[in-house]
Amino acid sequence: MSVLMIFAAIAVFSLAAFLLARQRALASGDGNPRLLHSLPLYYGWYGALCVLIPTLGALAVWLLVQPMVIETRIAGNLPAELVADASARDLTMADVRRVAGGLDVAVAQGTMTEEEAGMIRTEFTNVRDKLAAVGVALGSDVSKDVLAAAQDYRELTGWGAAGRTFLILVIAIGGLYWGVTRAHKDFRARNQVEKVILGLLMAASSIAILTTVGIVWSMVSETFDFFTKYPIKDFLFSVTWSPNFRGGSDLGILPLIWGTMYITVVSMLVSVPIGLFAAIYLAEYASPRVRFWVKPLIEIIAGIPTVVFGIFALVTVGPFLRDYFAEPLGLGNSGSSVMTAGLVIGILNIPFISSLSDDIINAVPQSLRDGSLGLGATKSETVRQVILPAALPGIVGAILMAASRAIGETMVVVMGAGAAAKLSLNPFEAMTTMTVKIVGQLTGDTDFAAPETLVAFALGMTLFIITLGLNIFALWVVRKYREQYE
Amino acid sequence: MTDISQFPAGPMRVTPPKQSILTASANMKRRNAAESRFKAYGVAAIAIALGSLAIMLFTIFRDGTSSFTQAQLAFPMELTAEVLDPKGNRDREEMTKVTTVGYSKVLVAALQAELQKQGIVQDGITDKEIGELISKDAAGQLRAQVLADTSLVGTTITADVLAGGRIDGYLKGRVTLETAERDSNVTPEQLLLADKLSEAGILTTGWNWSFFTSPDASDQRPEAAGLGVALLGSAYMMLIVLVTCVPVGVAASIYLEEFAPKNRWTDAIEVNISNLAAVPSIVFGILGLAIFINFAGLPNSSSVVGAFVLSLMTLPTIIIATRASIKAVPPSIRDAALGIGASKMQTVFHHVLPLAMPGILTGTILGLASALGETAPLLLIGMVAFVDNYPSAPPEGFLDPATALPVQVYSWASRADPAFIERSNGAIIVLLVFLVIMNVGAILLRRRFERRW
Repeated sequence: MSVLMIFAAIAVFSLAAFLLARQRALASGDGNPRLLHSLPLYYGWYGALCVLIPTLGALAVWLLVQPMVIETRIAGNLPAELVADASARDLTMADVRRVAGGLDVAVAQGTMTEEEAGMIRTEFTNVRDKLAAVGVALGSDVSKDVLAAAQDYRELTGWGAAGRTFLILVIAIGGLYWGVTRAHKDFRARNQVEKVILGLLMAASSIAILTTVGIVWSMVSETFDFFTKYPIKDFLFSVTWSPNFRGGSDLGILPLIWGTMYITVVSMLVSVPIGLFAAIYLAEYASPRVRFWVKPLIEIIAGIPTVVFGIFALVTVGPFLRDYFAEPLGLGNSGSSVMTAGLVIGILNIPFISSLSDDIINAVPQSLRDGSLGLGATKSETVRQVILPAALPGIVGAILMAASRAIGETMVVVMGAGAAAKLSLNPFEAMTTMTVKIVGQLTGDTDFAAPETLVAFALGMTLFIITLGLNIFALWVVRKYREQYE
Repeated sequence: MTDISQFPAGPMRVTPPKQSILTASANMKRRNAAESRFKAYGVAAIAIALGSLAIMLFTIFRDGTSSFTQAQLAFPMELTAEVLDPKGNRDREEMTKVTTVGYSKVLVAALQAELQKQGIVQDGITDKEIGELISKDAAGQLRAQVLADTSLVGTTITADVLAGGRIDGYLKGRVTLETAERDSNVTPEQLLLADKLSEAGILTTGWNWSFFTSPDASDQRPEAAGLGVALLGSAYMMLIVLVTCVPVGVAASIYLEEFAPKNRWTDAIEVNISNLAAVPSIVFGILGLAIFINFAGLPNSSSVVGAFVLSLMTLPTIIIATRASIKAVPPSIRDAALGIGASKMQTVFHHVLPLAMPGILTGTILGLASALGETAPLLLIGMVAFVDNYPSAPPEGFLDPATALPVQVYSWASRADPAFIERSNGAIIVLLVFLVIMNVGAILLRRRFERRW
């Protein structure tokens, strides 16, 4: 039975359990639902859950374990040179699976009977041609061992499928029996069902933790792998970055950190004053009408995908800066530069800073403003000497978070900053960042044994630590220095 | 009662004003100037922010709208049986042996015949260059059309084929006679001929449906490149994100908001969610590559992997929005339900959740909108690869290689031919239209259903 059929069977069994359990519970209360502990529905659900949970669990385990068991057995029968190490083993197993799949297709199309598929030998038949005839193209001729393994594979898979069906049916019947026999008017069905629902809710909320664990685990393991192939000292302190897929690369992170930080600083020089002044104007000066229109307009910037800003950097800002600033000043002739990327990321971050600061400024109590204005201060003096100091921790927090976003920004720097890892002070020169190099090292053909690929995980780890650190620091600043008003 | 006269008349502490307070002193003038400067800075900041937004949108629409129209050549063409069906028996199997080169010859011959018939001549142009006016994609399309209906062979049909990318650019003003001098892909004579063709009505510009339906095309054929695969891939991903992310997000929020005991585990979850919202998107790409592709063995560049990565990214957004709207339901609703004997679970699912629904939906739509525009993580899981086959129908299609709208924007932008920049901007316009629809939908939903307690 195919997996889809098994699902259908499970659905039928749980429906039956639902109806039977509900029926039985009602019968035990002489058909009067008021005599039952729970609503009749809950007895039905209890019955259905008794079928669903064990069968789905068993199915999941079976589907995970079966391929592993089969592959171990097949690999044990193959000659040693085909499974010498992990990569050879993977290749051979892929071949075996492809041939087995081809035989399945041939049987399904009727060009081969089931017996033929199990009996053919490379000595008598050209398996490759035979499979090509049914539309399964194989890269090379099929060796004797691989064909035999493929036939074993099919046989074992067939047994596996039969065993799976049997097991699931037995469990489903058992679950059905259990669920239905427990349905009685005194049985606390609702509490049981609610326990299951609560478990599901808990599992859902744990996914956030699992994601973090996944991120950390995926990066830590690959980063360690990287450091066994490349010295950690060179990674952290070397000033050259020149990956070479033939080996002998220099993978120093310093030029990338420099590029990242330079671009971040430029972007903050753009976004902090603009965002802050926009927030102050909107919070303190603008009429409600202006605020109603301008605030959403600025927030549109936040809703535009970053790849659009990337195009803007590539097509408009880069050439503009090159033609009107870099070339006349003799600072270079590159469209992609620190300045381009920094400016555009700055624009991207304006709404982030302005809306966070706007909230914080609005949270400063009106009495402080009234006090200051009453002493004769002008509005701007009030803002500078009363409101900003009061709002400072929050604003610093917002700026730190914006910096963390600028550091982690990818598309704008990929399209606007360039790819040359350099340690230079000239802002009109193309430089590169950690995110650009992560994309560069992980796209295209990648070999996950080479340090040139694995370095991307180390870069990702560094990026993750820096941005996480900045965020935690920002939250700490806000919490520690926040003024408490009544 | 105290009186001022109580104090001995000593030296005056406050100097009397030298002038009326109604006329501004120098100090006051300075302060007022500072005040208006400060205000002007605020106006300037807003002007810069909105100005850059306006410039960006303007350049995108200026460069992108032309991708919705396309230059086409229409001329009568005889599908000569000698070339297309050498054996003359209309056998489809045998006709597949005729490659696009054969069809290309037929097309070029038909165009030349039409030129002669209309008496259009252009000095200094070779036959090969005339053939280059036709898109390299046209022969393949004609071949597919003929193989689908072999009875066409021998008849005369009106060929409706794409013009070459440079000719298209010429009609849209991107290519000029001056640039053609320096361009190895087009000669000024070809452009002059194109002028004459459009006077004769052979070369026309029409609405470009194939931009929305056809798959991506190779570097040499920008005129044939379309968004079909990208739109389908994005749609698949949004579908999977919707069915995986929303139930999990809502369930997690219900647990955290209504049931979670205050302990280390739930604290850890809370901190985690707020931190995940701040993790750079590219880190999620690394996670997807390491876990879904390398560890779980899901196929590279498939929409299911893309969707899982986007789901994990969107989850914090949805959880935060859902929790806010659950929190906004007043406790009196819960107390009333509990008071008449509902269980905690019944209270939440029958009363709190329906009341929180508008907020949850709004948050979901906004989360999906940000997922739709996300690019960086998708690059790492291989969705940037060149895909010119449509993924098949779901559910198998979820495992087929696909690409996504924002990724298509990026991959076109990184190609050398400037015609792809036009396509890229066109794709952005399509993307922005979707985002505007989603955001407006969210706003309307909020206006219509939001309840103030």
